[in-house]
Amino acid sequence: MEAAEPNIRREKTRTVLSGQWTLAHHRLLKQLLVRETPPEGGVVLGEISALDTAGATQLANWLGIERLERVLVEEEGLQPERKALLQTLLKALKREAPPKVESVSPVIEFLTLLGQQTEQLARHFWQLSGFVGLVLQSMFAILLRPSRWRVTALVNQIHQTGLNAVPIVALLTFLVGAVVAFLGATVLGEFGAEIYTVNLVAYSFLREFGVLLAAILLAGRTASAFTAQIGSMKANEELDALRTLGLNPVELLVIPRVLALLITLPLLTFVAVMSGLTGGALVALVSLDIPLGQYLGILADVPLKHYLVGLVKAPIFAFVVAVIGCMEGFRVSGSAESVGRHTTSSVVQSIFMVILLDAIAALFFMEMGW
Amino acid sequence: MSKETVIEVSGLCNRFGRNSVHENLDLELYRGEILGVVGGSGTGKSVLLRSIVGLIRPKEGEVRLFGRNLLALPVAERSKLEQRLGVLFQGGALFSSLTVRENVALPLIEHAKLARRDAEELAEVKLALAGLAPHAGDLYPASLSGGMVKRAALARALALDPDVLFLDEPTAGLDPIGAADFDQLLLTLRNALGLTVFMVTHDLDSLWTACDRIAVLSQKRVLVADTPENVADYDDNWIQNYFNGPRGRAAYRAVQGN
Repeated sequence: MEAAEPNIRREKTRTVLSGQWTLAHHRLLKQLLVRETPPEGGVVLGEISALDTAGATQLANWLGIERLERVLVEEEGLQPERKALLQTLLKALKREAPPKVESVSPVIEFLTLLGQQTEQLARHFWQLSGFVGLVLQSMFAILLRPSRWRVTALVNQIHQTGLNAVPIVALLTFLVGAVVAFLGATVLGEFGAEIYTVNLVAYSFLREFGVLLAAILLAGRTASAFTAQIGSMKANEELDALRTLGLNPVELLVIPRVLALLITLPLLTFVAVMSGLTGGALVALVSLDIPLGQYLGILADVPLKHYLVGLVKAPIFAFVVAVIGCMEGFRVSGSAESVGRHTTSSVVQSIFMVILLDAIAALFFMEMGW
Repeated sequence: MSKETVIEVSGLCNRFGRNSVHENLDLELYRGEILGVVGGSGTGKSVLLRSIVGLIRPKEGEVRLFGRNLLALPVAERSKLEQRLGVLFQGGALFSSLTVRENVALPLIEHAKLARRDAEELAEVKLALAGLAPHAGDLYPASLSGGMVKRAALARALALDPDVLFLDEPTAGLDPIGAADFDQLLLTLRNALGLTVFMVTHDLDSLWTACDRIAVLSQKRVLVADTPENVADYDDNWIQNYFNGPRGRAAYRAVQGN
């Protein structure tokens, strides 16, 4: 196939267009049409060897829509199918042009954005508290009626969010336990108080790290999964389908997930504490020469209340993580991209909330002297 | 009319696990024709489309596009060949993170190396050709109606002015007026650009109005591929039910009336 470049030839009374007016020659055509002024006399299109929608558009823009229309009426050498293409194109081009967006000053734009974001944030917290209320209300309504308990779904969720999370929680807290012990050995060793490394590991894991690490892992692993599961159902109109079948999506999807986390997070906290203490014990044994018997002896002297102070936070964290994960799922709109955005948002929010609540709790327990 | 073969499918076998979809399927597509592909649910119409455009590697057999096997080509040449194909997927498959206009402009920027402004201007024309309202270009696919998604996807399939256009149920979800416009648009484009069209459809009106030939998929192969009239007369139970059932007859009468 010869690649004849598009050309414009001026004759006495008329202008002859020739060559390939196609997408492949878009740039050449553009240069050519900038150079040449639209002709006054007749225009001959019959010698154009190839014409596609891209070339036709450039032709129409150059000649102007009305001019091209007149040319099409006068022109006789043009193949009928080309004429049809140009006419179809002209019909499409004659629609009103899209409205131009008015430019706004950057200051106004910034203020608009600030206002929108603030309003969105407020609306978001409003929604969150509404959703919490909805979940609590349906939970109590179901608790009173054992016939509506969804045991299978609950057990399945416990399996996925609890049992399957044990290895990663155990490994991670084991490593953190070892790190804390090393830290204690370094700092306390300078005072010749290596033995207090055991207390450091014990207090930090019983009160804070056990539950905090388990909750953060759950936020990353499970809140995201909840959002993605419920969100893709929302995007696929499955939630609407549930509603039209007279089923309550909150009862069906949210309650088992919330209850499952309420059960699994305290258990995972226990796993985390045990595994952290094991990590500490290993470091104590290997690098501080504290035998296991002595380690356990010191642990036994730590009051139980420190463990309870840690454990009491677990259900609260679990509720927050589950509710945020599920709510973000319900906020998904339409597209798959939205599922991704809300999944990210649910992880960020739930980790933020877990750490914020933990800080408040630490302050509270300190003031109470617990 | 000389028949130049654009696509040649020979001995195609597609199996998924134990489930065999195609066995020894042969099909030819000639330049400038509109081929309608029909078949019952699960006869592998979409699978056939996907094997032709190279998304599925067939277990056996060969698909030749413009005389070349797409799957055997080096990456650069394959991409060049793929640019000559336009595909309209059943669900539209618009990129959800781009606006409709950017969706259409993307291939123009990436392959035709147009400047963004030119590409978007041209994209706007394609959207107009596909029959979308002027403000639709700024919308994201999530906020489009089903019919608008179809039109936007068609505009993207036409972006590079392809030689062969693959359509997977293009008129499903369009209202009858939109579907009729679509048929006309298809015919206009085919006549003007010499487009070759492979159309999977259930729309009997489309089949009668737009298609030059119809290929019927049945019993894991192409049972018959011929002009609509000949296919409608073919002696097969399913085909008779399809074309000469109440809907088939109504569609045929409508075309005869014109």
